[in-house]
Amino acid sequence: MTIKWILNGAARTDEVEADETLLHCLRKVGCLSVKCGCETSGCGLCTVWMDGTPVLSCSVPAPRAEGHAVTTLEGLQEEAAEFGAFLADEGAEQCGFCSPGFIMNVLAMVRELKNPTEEEIQHYLTGNLCRCSGYQGQLRAIRKYLAVKGGEQG
Amino acid sequence: MYTARNYVKAESLAQAHALNQRRANAILGGGCWMRMGERMYDTLIDLSGLGLDQIQDRGEEAALGAMVTLRQLETNFMLEKCFDGLFRKCTQHIVGVQFRNCATLGGSVYSRFGFSDIVTALLALSCQVELAGAGRIPLEEYVKQPRDRDVLAWVFVKKDGRPVAYETARNSETDLPVLTCALSRVGESWRAVIGARPGISRVVEDSTWEGLEKQVQALEYGDNMRGSARYRRHLAGVLLKRCREQMEVSGV
Ligand SMILES: Cc1cc2nc3c(=O)[nH]c(=O)nc-3n(C[C@H](O)[C@H](O)[C@H](O)COP(=O)(O)OP(=O)(O)OC[C@H]3O[C@@H](n4cnc5c(N)ncnc54)[C@H](O)[C@@H]3O)c2cc1C
Ligand code: FES
Ligand code: FES
Repeated sequence: MTIKWILNGAARTDEVEADETLLHCLRKVGCLSVKCGCETSGCGLCTVWMDGTPVLSCSVPAPRAEGHAVTTLEGLQEEAAEFGAFLADEGAEQCGFCSPGFIMNVLAMVRELKNPTEEEIQHYLTGNLCRCSGYQGQLRAIRKYLAVKGGEQG
Repeated sequence: MYTARNYVKAESLAQAHALNQRRANAILGGGCWMRMGERMYDTLIDLSGLGLDQIQDRGEEAALGAMVTLRQLETNFMLEKCFDGLFRKCTQHIVGVQFRNCATLGGSVYSRFGFSDIVTALLALSCQVELAGAGRIPLEEYVKQPRDRDVLAWVFVKKDGRPVAYETARNSETDLPVLTCALSRVGESWRAVIGARPGISRVVEDSTWEGLEKQVQALEYGDNMRGSARYRRHLAGVLLKRCREQMEVSGV
């Protein structure tokens, strides 16, 4: 079946199967930042935005992208690089496999929550698993990133 | 992952219901649970074009569409205010934000999982479900029926102002619950709901607190990988007390 959708700001038309996931479709069209890390809808690695809302692309059926705007890390290069630098500074990335999904969810959180507390940050990010780290580096990176961002917004 | 040959975005509830009468077809909720299975479907029926993603304040009741996501339930202001934060409390431990932006109320209620936080919480309130075929029936009746081919369209929750509290025990934050417990006060009576026993949530009512505690202890509990029957029975007593404390703190 044919879907008309918007990917990273550009309108496009694609052929998808009835049982295709959004994840599969995104990889097919070249968004290789999007990865599958589990078979149980529970790791967060496949996170992309649908109309600005973070969703699990492994669970969203591709036909459901019809008429919607999907954003992946490829569409947020500048912001991702900016936050990525904070992650690197804290030595938070080890194998780095979890990063694309994690960054997508952090950037969604920054848009959704105003001045989140530590608890709110953890609550927002518990659906992103990292098998290498103990999450402490990531949390430090977020705190520093938020402090700088908060400063910029005045 | 499932396989499917066709995908139909339903144009009416009647169409969805007619298509769903074939055993080879299935309604697609958020797809989070279905994704874990290996079933072969003929036609997947998508309800996302029917306006069922709405939470409506209809005065005496709240109307929750089947395609409302768990995250919508968690963050909706009217629900937070009218039901003592129950909808936030019963959804906030389920996997993660991205998951809750996908998983639906309809998929959760239809599935009648024994471990369901959602079903446990809803049973503490006065709820009815609206089915495309059978019409409106009490939720309590619906959860006892086996899963059939009817399509769940809405859940209606009476805004009767009853105090309500919710507690769960989990081995780790986002894991399935070992036990779920909801408590409400209906007039002069207590109403407790215990789920993840690990069987489907059970409702007990009593006019006295002691009577309620006895009934909760007398429920059937079972063993599984998350906990033993004995541990669950003990937890039930603890969570019940914590729920009462929650109510007392909020001044009931
Ligand atoms: C990893 C994981 C962890 C979870 N943890 C918890 C937890 O801790 N607590 C908890 O309460 N729940 C938990 N759940 C369950 C979750 O909250 C949802 O209930 C579940 O994913 C089903 O919702 P869905 O929208 O994904 O449904 P789907 O996967 O789309 O559908 C599930 C079933 O319901 C049917 N269906 C869907 N919508 C309708 C409808 N409107 N009418 C009739 N039939 C319909 C489908 O045909 C299918 O058989 C978990 C699920 C997963 C995958
Ligand atoms: S691949 Fe693990 S949640 Fe999507
Ligand atoms: S750095 Fe390896 S999984 Fe997170």
